[in-house]
Amino acid sequence: MPTITFEGKDYACREGESVLECLERHGVLLPSSCRAGACKTCMVRALAGTPPKEAQQGLKDTLVVQNYFLACIAKPTEDLTIGLAKEGELYRAQVLEKRMLAPNILRLRLEKPDGFRYWAGQFINLVREEDGLVRSYSLASLPEEPFLELHIKRIPHGRMTGWLFADVQEGDALAFRGPAGDSFYVQHDPEQPLLLAGTGTGLAPLYGIARAALAQGHTGPIHLFHGSLVREGLYYVEELRALAAQHAQFHYYPVVLQGTPPEGGLVGDMKSLPVERLGDLTGYRAYLCGDPELVEALRRAVFLAGVGMNDIYTDPFVFAPA
Amino acid sequence: MSTLYERLGGQQAIDVAVDKFYRRVLSDPYINRFFEGVDMEKQAAKQKAFLTMAFGGPNNYTGKDMREGHKRLVHEMGLNDSHFDHILCHLRSTLAELGVDEATIAEAVAIAESTRDDVLDR
Repeated sequence: MPTITFEGKDYACREGESVLECLERHGVLLPSSCRAGACKTCMVRALAGTPPKEAQQGLKDTLVVQNYFLACIAKPTEDLTIGLAKEGELYRAQVLEKRMLAPNILRLRLEKPDGFRYWAGQFINLVREEDGLVRSYSLASLPEEPFLELHIKRIPHGRMTGWLFADVQEGDALAFRGPAGDSFYVQHDPEQPLLLAGTGTGLAPLYGIARAALAQGHTGPIHLFHGSLVREGLYYVEELRALAAQHAQFHYYPVVLQGTPPEGGLVGDMKSLPVERLGDLTGYRAYLCGDPELVEALRRAVFLAGVGMNDIYTDPFVFAPA
Repeated sequence: MSTLYERLGGQQAIDVAVDKFYRRVLSDPYINRFFEGVDMEKQAAKQKAFLTMAFGGPNNYTGKDMREGHKRLVHEMGLNDSHFDHILCHLRSTLAELGVDEATIAEAVAIAESTRDDVLDR
């Protein structure tokens, strides 16, 4: 009889009982609704043990590889330790390099701590230890690189960014928790066309995802749209052009809303431009990052253009008030 | 006799049907205002639960949830029979697009029809 461990307590599971039913019988109520594996309300994560495959049907690849499953239809065959969300371990890492990428965008490279594992495109939560202030930043680096790369946009009067821009120096140690996030590349079909779209520092996770896909031998077309209000806000233009020159399947579109784009770039609204440019997106997988309003508009646009709901991966950047 | 759900292809068929159905609903200017500002992923999951039920698949349908879920739409946004009828049309079209025969479509629509009074809070 498998044992379910939840929040430090053990619960014995009866024959034929689901994880949800087992916990309920012991008086532990998880959020649930349809109880048929459809609505995903009862989704939990196995922190130890392997969840039954059938309880992961219909979930995104990135949730499956992180051992998320639906408690209502999971009849466990082995012991499981489950959690609702995992607050990552606290790490400390030295700042290796601090460099400006654009007028208000800073690149920080931190030494990758031993034992820290992540997928390109996930994010970490930087912690200012003196007062516990926390902000999330996406990782632009690849797991095999010896550093963690963050792109940080200056927020007017932002406490975290003010501190990072002005006070933090190369050689200082920064604390963070993580990784977190479900928007990353899992090789499922190497020929599937990919659309990557983001504005501002939304490029950070996309830069990681694009390079991870190429490194893993993705052969289908990869279209990366990076938008900014004006040309000065675009960065990594040369790096992305070089990537396109190296890999015929990789296409890079710098986009500005106003003024003149870089050579070969486009002028237009990022909410509609990728769909206008590519047309029918049936069979695509889409990664959308940046301002939440943009992400929601793009989610709708790419869905209506044919991308399946389970093939849309998003990372909306929610900017906390200063 | 297999269930409608099994005949339609089970869980995987539902995933395909949900995307087609939801795309039709969002593209219909007569009803898409009811879906403004909602979390699309959560909404798709709810529609999956709804279609699973309409297809006679495993579900835990409670009229109470359906009633609570639509109350605000009925009393603040004017959701009525005409909107419900549009949803049934999209259900028919979605199934027809998937090659389902008319008799089977009628079965699914009849199940969906049974939720009308709950949805419209009567």
